[in-house]
Amino acid sequence: MLLTATVFLPLAGAAVVLLLLGDNARRVRLFAAAVGIADFLLALLVFTRYDRNEGGFQLVDKFDAWIPQLDIQYHLAVDGLSAPLVLLTGLLGLAAIYGSWSIATRHREYFAWLLTLQAAVMGVFTAQDFVLFFIFWELELIPMFFLISIWGSGRKEHSAMKFLLFTFTGSAFMLVGLLTVYFSTDTFNMTYLVGMEGQALLADLLLPSQLVFAFFFIAFAVKLPIFPLHTWLPDAHTDAPTAVSVMLAGVLLKMGGYGLIRVNVSMFPEVASGAATALAILAVISILYGAFVTFRQTDLKRLVANSSISHMGFVLLGVSSVGATAEHLSPVGLTGASMQMFSHGAVTGLLFVMVGVVYDKAHTRHIPDLGGLAGRMPFAAVAFMVAGLASLGLPATSGFAAEVLVFLGTFPAHGVLTALATVGVLMAAGYVLWTLQRSLFGPPRERWAHLTDVSVVEAVAPLLLMAAILILGVYPALVTDVFTSGVNDLLPRFGP
Amino acid sequence: MSGQDLYLLSPELCVVTGGVLALIAGMLNARRGVVTALGLAGLAGALLFTVLLWGELDGRWSVCEGVHGDSVTGFYGAMQLDRFALFMKGVVVIAAGLVLLASYGYTQRFAVRSAEFNALVLLSAVGMMLLGAGRELITLYVALELSTLPLVALAAFSGGQRASEAGLKYLVLGAVASAVLLYGMALTFGYTGSTVLETMARSVGDAAAEGTRPFGVQVLVIGVVMMVAGFGFKVAAVPFHGWIPDVYEGAPTPITAFLSIASKAAGFAVVMRVFFTAFEPVEVDWALLFAAIAAASMTFGNLAAMAQSNIKRLLAYSTIAHAGYLLVGLAAVASRTPDGVTIGPETVLFYLAGYAVTNLAAFFAVIAIADRTGNESIASFSGMGRRAPWLAAALTVALLSLTGIPPTVGFMAKLFVFGAAIKADLAWLVALGAVNSVLSAYYYLRVVRAMYLADPVEGEQPSRVIPLDLSVAVTAVAVVVLGLWPQPVFRAAERAVEGLF
Repeated sequence: MLLTATVFLPLAGAAVVLLLLGDNARRVRLFAAAVGIADFLLALLVFTRYDRNEGGFQLVDKFDAWIPQLDIQYHLAVDGLSAPLVLLTGLLGLAAIYGSWSIATRHREYFAWLLTLQAAVMGVFTAQDFVLFFIFWELELIPMFFLISIWGSGRKEHSAMKFLLFTFTGSAFMLVGLLTVYFSTDTFNMTYLVGMEGQALLADLLLPSQLVFAFFFIAFAVKLPIFPLHTWLPDAHTDAPTAVSVMLAGVLLKMGGYGLIRVNVSMFPEVASGAATALAILAVISILYGAFVTFRQTDLKRLVANSSISHMGFVLLGVSSVGATAEHLSPVGLTGASMQMFSHGAVTGLLFVMVGVVYDKAHTRHIPDLGGLAGRMPFAAVAFMVAGLASLGLPATSGFAAEVLVFLGTFPAHGVLTALATVGVLMAAGYVLWTLQRSLFGPPRERWAHLTDVSVVEAVAPLLLMAAILILGVYPALVTDVFTSGVNDLLPRFGP
Repeated sequence: MSGQDLYLLSPELCVVTGGVLALIAGMLNARRGVVTALGLAGLAGALLFTVLLWGELDGRWSVCEGVHGDSVTGFYGAMQLDRFALFMKGVVVIAAGLVLLASYGYTQRFAVRSAEFNALVLLSAVGMMLLGAGRELITLYVALELSTLPLVALAAFSGGQRASEAGLKYLVLGAVASAVLLYGMALTFGYTGSTVLETMARSVGDAAAEGTRPFGVQVLVIGVVMMVAGFGFKVAAVPFHGWIPDVYEGAPTPITAFLSIASKAAGFAVVMRVFFTAFEPVEVDWALLFAAIAAASMTFGNLAAMAQSNIKRLLAYSTIAHAGYLLVGLAAVASRTPDGVTIGPETVLFYLAGYAVTNLAAFFAVIAIADRTGNESIASFSGMGRRAPWLAAALTVALLSLTGIPPTVGFMAKLFVFGAAIKADLAWLVALGAVNSVLSAYYYLRVVRAMYLADPVEGEQPSRVIPLDLSVAVTAVAVVVLGLWPQPVFRAAERAVEGLF
């Protein structure tokens, strides 16, 4: 029941916000925060209750007779891959609620959608029935569409529609893929399909397995996103309200990475290792292209958004490590990819929160207009720097652990490409430091003299995320051990 | 004719009685409420008898001696009562009931004639109910006309140029379609020497074995293709869709709802009955024919809907697209597995039921909203999210269901139908269908966007009509409930096709 509670608590909270609470903004906010805290604690409980030594799928919630004709079940469970992502969702969900304190219009609807979004993402990471997974995957679109298009800024309606159509197109491919899998294997049960027994069934598909692999890959590549399917991302991230960008960059992109490992790598290991070089090339293009584009940005939020493309490229690079020959195959690459997802969630979440704080106070995100903020807002500057340094992968931050693991794991498989990818890290150092210098430091400016530092409420989210970044920087094994236990379960599939 | 025949016909008789009583009440100047109540009572009786007959076939109780087993024929073999027919009766009766309920406020506009309005809806419903039960071509043809002609009158009911155009268009094009259908029936009769579907099937089978028939098999194929065209008109598939937008726009909105659902359901019922009973042995690639019509309908419907600015026209094109999704299911049914197992007729029935609920919810919400704004353009829906939050929510749910986004019945229906098509090796068609869903998201969400994002336009707030609000609520809730718990309806659909295929 623990997972069911974790997934559906925010949904119940959304219903209460919408129907019972009345129009009092303060009451709605406090209630949403209470739901966020409760769900974070539940997610923490899921993470700690997961036995990393045992591995496999745990905390199973199952109800067989949902739609028996097609053998569709209500089936939730977590393994080493998903348990940390559940924790991440709880953490960022809470951060997003605190980051939404200043929402002034239609707050009831806003918090209801935000909580629904959190429930949907929790569902994606825990669902072990393919149809249920797909339902949660699609469910996430509706809140996101409204959150961007109502509370966003700039060309918000355009961005929301673009986001929706891109993702929905990906889902259409996924639907074809999962129906093919079902009618070839007669099961929607993902724990079974990713297991060794499932492998035998998946060997004989109605369509060529390369094609089915491609269907799933397109769906997840849109979400991750991977060049050239990334064009929705800068628009959506930039025009979404701050807290929604936190959720979007922090957890929604991870749905792509998670799906890639859970479905593409686990269910089609042969195709995955055959396509590994192509994946690595796409990854390097994403990393370098994202970094180049980021350099050119003058809008703080757009800059962070574009850096995500580069950073999510490392996830794909880690995934491509499955192309290594049998004697070099290790769990390191996939663990690194997963860790990069977790770390990027916390880091980019924090970056977006801090961009939001700066924008709330200075009413501009144009980098050349900023400058000298550190003296006015010391706490905000520190939080911004922690996030920035973690983003460029400084040791003692979570970003370092993740990127090192990715490089270590991928090098044996794709030496030259990995070397090229490290250029992305150098460039990250360039754009992050340059941005920090231009926006935070330099001589204090007269026009920013009125700015004040963050309030106590505004400090909650940054403190949470900074704690996560630094703790994992010093002791990454807290999370990587869990990821490794999940990766170890799927690695035998790549054996000779 | 025996007592048993009357019992088999009892649902239809109830509806006719309701219609006649409504007419009489109208002549006696009864209030509108009484008229509607009489019509609803007739439908309630029909639903009751439908359930009773279903139980009787199952052997759960026995009211009449000879009625049990999978299928009973009556009226000297003209009609057939099986679970398939009963399922279609259930869909038509429930849809007609909801339409009557929802049009209670609407009939205010033509106060004196509201009795005729109710009676015509009921008569048309009788025709549709018989269509699902016909076992013989002439019965089917009469039932088809019975279902169409009242609708012609209803389409022109509101008077004025638009409505007259709608009525006339429906009449003329409907007559052409009927003529084509009748010619097709005549040709097949000439080939097989019978109008009873089962005899025809046997005759076709024999002919394949003997190889001797006066005009050769081409005549049969031409006849069947003409019948496809006739039914294609009924279900609004491309290229027989020309009448749809104008008729849908000009007809009173409750009638548009009824047309889009009951008429389509009846059409699909006949197609399934006729093709898969009588013409199964014909050596033609039916799957390819249906798949081609499906592909054209989906793509054309969705592309054309994108450009619409009137909500009724938008929904009109969307029904063309949905006829396409349903035909995807039929294509799956038509392409059996090599070992002769039929794939997924139950998914088509489920889609019909799910689509009926969804489209009713959408149209009812449109009636309620357009009543407030007095305007059917999408722009007039601006700000409905704040002016009428519950109605806007109901319409949003219906539109998400039409798009096929979970947790709505539209998603489940598409999942089942596409699943059947994948199983039937029609992956290309499913891919096209999935891409079409994406296209449709664009225009359905345009309406949602107007309701929630645009600033409210000022307009008067007419008083609420409780029966209409009730029918909006019932259908919208059903859309979500069936999306999360499709099991009961799916099970019924499965039972309905047992033994038929």
